[in-house]
Amino acid sequence: MSDHPNRPAKPIATRQLLHPSPPIFEQGSPGRTGASLPPLDVPAIDPKAHFGALARSEPPGLPEVSEVEVTRHFTRLSRWNYAIDIGLYPLGSCTMKYNPKVNERVARMPGFAGLHPAQPVSTLQGALAVMWKLERLLCEISGFARATLQPAAGAHGELAGLMMIRAYHQDRGRHPTKVLIPDSAHGTNPASCTLNGFQIVPIKTGADGLLDIDSLRAAADGDTAAVMMTNPSTLGLFEERLADAAEIIHRAGGLVYMDGANLNALLGKVRPGASGVDVMHINLHKTFTTPHGGGGPGSGPVGVTAALEPFLPTPTVEKDPGVDGAYRLLFNRPKSVGRLRSFFGNFGMHVRAYTYIREMGGPGLTQATEMAVLNANYLRSRLKDAYPLAYERPSMHEVVFTDKRLKRETGVQTLDVAKRLMDYGYHPPTIYFPLPAVTGGAGALMIEPTETETPETLDAFADAMLSIADEARTEPETVKTAPHQTAIRRLDETRAARHPRLRWTRQ
Amino acid sequence: MRYLPHTPEDIARMLRVIGAPSVEALFAHIPETLRAERPLDLGPALDEASLLAHLAELAARGRASGAEGSLSFLGGGLTPHHVPTAVDALLQRAEWYTSYTPYQPEISQGTLQAVFEFQTLVAELFGLAIANASMYDGASATAEAILMARRITGRTHAVISSGLHPHYLETAETYLSGLHPHAEQVFGAAQLDGTRGQTDPATVEAAIVAAGDGGVCCVVVQTPNYFGVVEDLAPLAEVAHRHGALLVAVTTEPVAFGALQPPGALGADIACGEGIGLASGPSLGGPGVGLFAARAEHTRSMPGRLVGETVDRDGQRGYVLTLATREQHIRREKATSNICTNQGLCALAFTIHACLLGRRGLAELAALNLAKAEYAKGLLSSLRGFSLCYSGPTFNEFALRVRGGNAAHAVDTLAGDGLFAGVALACAPDTLLVAVTEKHRKEDIERLARSLDKVCP
Repeated sequence: MSDHPNRPAKPIATRQLLHPSPPIFEQGSPGRTGASLPPLDVPAIDPKAHFGALARSEPPGLPEVSEVEVTRHFTRLSRWNYAIDIGLYPLGSCTMKYNPKVNERVARMPGFAGLHPAQPVSTLQGALAVMWKLERLLCEISGFARATLQPAAGAHGELAGLMMIRAYHQDRGRHPTKVLIPDSAHGTNPASCTLNGFQIVPIKTGADGLLDIDSLRAAADGDTAAVMMTNPSTLGLFEERLADAAEIIHRAGGLVYMDGANLNALLGKVRPGASGVDVMHINLHKTFTTPHGGGGPGSGPVGVTAALEPFLPTPTVEKDPGVDGAYRLLFNRPKSVGRLRSFFGNFGMHVRAYTYIREMGGPGLTQATEMAVLNANYLRSRLKDAYPLAYERPSMHEVVFTDKRLKRETGVQTLDVAKRLMDYGYHPPTIYFPLPAVTGGAGALMIEPTETETPETLDAFADAMLSIADEARTEPETVKTAPHQTAIRRLDETRAARHPRLRWTRQ
Repeated sequence: MRYLPHTPEDIARMLRVIGAPSVEALFAHIPETLRAERPLDLGPALDEASLLAHLAELAARGRASGAEGSLSFLGGGLTPHHVPTAVDALLQRAEWYTSYTPYQPEISQGTLQAVFEFQTLVAELFGLAIANASMYDGASATAEAILMARRITGRTHAVISSGLHPHYLETAETYLSGLHPHAEQVFGAAQLDGTRGQTDPATVEAAIVAAGDGGVCCVVVQTPNYFGVVEDLAPLAEVAHRHGALLVAVTTEPVAFGALQPPGALGADIACGEGIGLASGPSLGGPGVGLFAARAEHTRSMPGRLVGETVDRDGQRGYVLTLATREQHIRREKATSNICTNQGLCALAFTIHACLLGRRGLAELAALNLAKAEYAKGLLSSLRGFSLCYSGPTFNEFALRVRGGNAAHAVDTLAGDGLFAGVALACAPDTLLVAVTEKHRKEDIERLARSLDKVCP
């Protein structure tokens, strides 16, 4: 135990000099502007005369503020946010790892950021090279034959993948209607199926936390289009019976879709495309360090086996033979599912992910996975007595704890622990998810530290979690009414939903 | 490895705490048959200087229309505007770009309030009551708008103006492909008036009737449309509403609504579109930022995230994600959409720029775009090799018919000199789309005219 002396942790968050900034619409003064527009050097046209009845009669209600006010406002607001660059952000299944600064510099190179998608292809060779090379790297990492970079996020990738699965079946004259989904799945999985017209068949999680193979076998039949599984699952467990599951599904004529949200646990260890998986989306904003941006933009490339290549969305990037072969955009793909968005995907994210992969190399990415799994298991060891595990099986890159013991002994629940963590200076983990971990009224804390955190940070975080468990016994009210150190307290979410105020108006 | 802090001593100590003999032992439960058969082959790892050199070499292989030394009149769904330096400077604050979806409101008020302001700006621009926290881009937003109209009306078919950006139509077809065996059959087409280039209300009505009684959920019209022509939405809304359908107004150029009546004032029920031209550089068309607004009564049918105002337990004003029972993480297969991560940072950039422009700046920007485009239109349409495709009013983009019929040839020829003359349309080989904005000086427009005159005399 001398390896991890429990250091008493105490709340450290302070308010410092934090400024509220009222809605920008309540600032400024009529006639003020932050615009810097060029002079008119051609004859003026009066929009009202030009457009007549189609001209806007009343300008839109935009604020009237100077650049200084805008800068202060958005700088002040930014300080009310927690961020990875401030500290540990252990949201499970979100992979909040450090976002390298060099990625930002590269994405802003004028030769990338200044490219218009309608330029002649001959002037886009560098960008197409990045996309083509990134596709090859992602295929090497994931074991697939081809990938599309078009989807804008993970859920968009799910949509693309399921469409390719449908097209694959239709090409064989089949029209299966069901997709089997474990109950531990992220909510986007069933939502993406509905959007694709598939019926959901939920598959329960077994007592050991893994996919229940007998339930899967019983559900799989000729009407099964696919199984959609996350691996490692949202419980942070490797689906050890993946090969059996794949065999059952393939024998029934279906395909295996893997949600690659947790790919950070597998780099260099498992190549899903070579292990029975037919389709998988990859979140560049999780595994490959493109910034989460306060909620996007993300990027959700989808890898497929050779059998599904004909169905990839259009266009794809192709390369003519030879080292100096030119890059092309291929629009003519007769069996393609079509286009899922305008242009070619979130290219700015492609550049960042490519930069990251080239910096890390194969051994570097493999080491990233190893350290991610090491970090998660370290927190598991330090916290499992105070916060019993949802499942006892070996953990991968994230661990799901429960509040079973705490709630029984103290009445303090998951939400309270999460809120109290803020007083200790941390972003809380993902809570009350996944569903199998919260049956019977238990609360779940899903913690993913990622590989970029130091052991000192993990120790400090573990100490905070243990201090909170102690506080739950000695001063439960402090925990139940947390947070206390944040600039704003718990918010009235019921009021927000009952009386929605979704935009600013003068009151 | 600079992003991996673990020393061998750290690893040894952590393994002792875990009780595992080695790091490899943590993976021992993965069945042998599923293990990677060989190490990853991704090329050598690069240090930062080599990495920058490699990427700079790749970036230099192209010729960026938005870079110094180029002159670009490219639009066609993405019209780049000058984005003030302050926008990216603010965006690079780590509190914005290294945070995530504001699941914990007490420590995410910055993002939440910024989204609330974004929702307000989008609603104001479109003249509608509410807007969401963003969609992926204009094309997917349009597909989601059609799905929303289906939910509201319980009908299946949509009538699409042929002035809609072709990528948007293709995306809508893809989105609906899983819901109908022959998705293309649920789309009826409304035609443009051959002279003016505006959607002909009579063809809208004909398409609604052809779809069968009561089958059309919405009429989708882009304004300014793909050919740059400003649509008169009011008569189109009248036809749609008379048949119980909604009007979905789409735009790829929100700046136009600094000068034009907003869709909401002309009868649109849902308005959506692309806002990236104001938010950041074109970046090969992605990321974008999908704008999405609707009438208040449709709030609970909206896709995507919504931020609402509330108070904390001390009565302080604050913001939270709200009405989440529409969303996938609560409602799963019954959700209004599968969207989760959206385009937060791009929405923030859009918000910052819109605030900088303000009420007066947006109107001035719109007037500048109009005046420059009208000047260019007059000059280019007087050339022997070019004529205007349509006589209807345009904002900052217009379509030219190229004599001899090969617009792509003209574009490719001039691109070699860094002059990007416009978009040669794939759907109409004799048509050149020219976008003119505040970025173009009078002499830039005159250089375009001289150059086009030379390649198409």
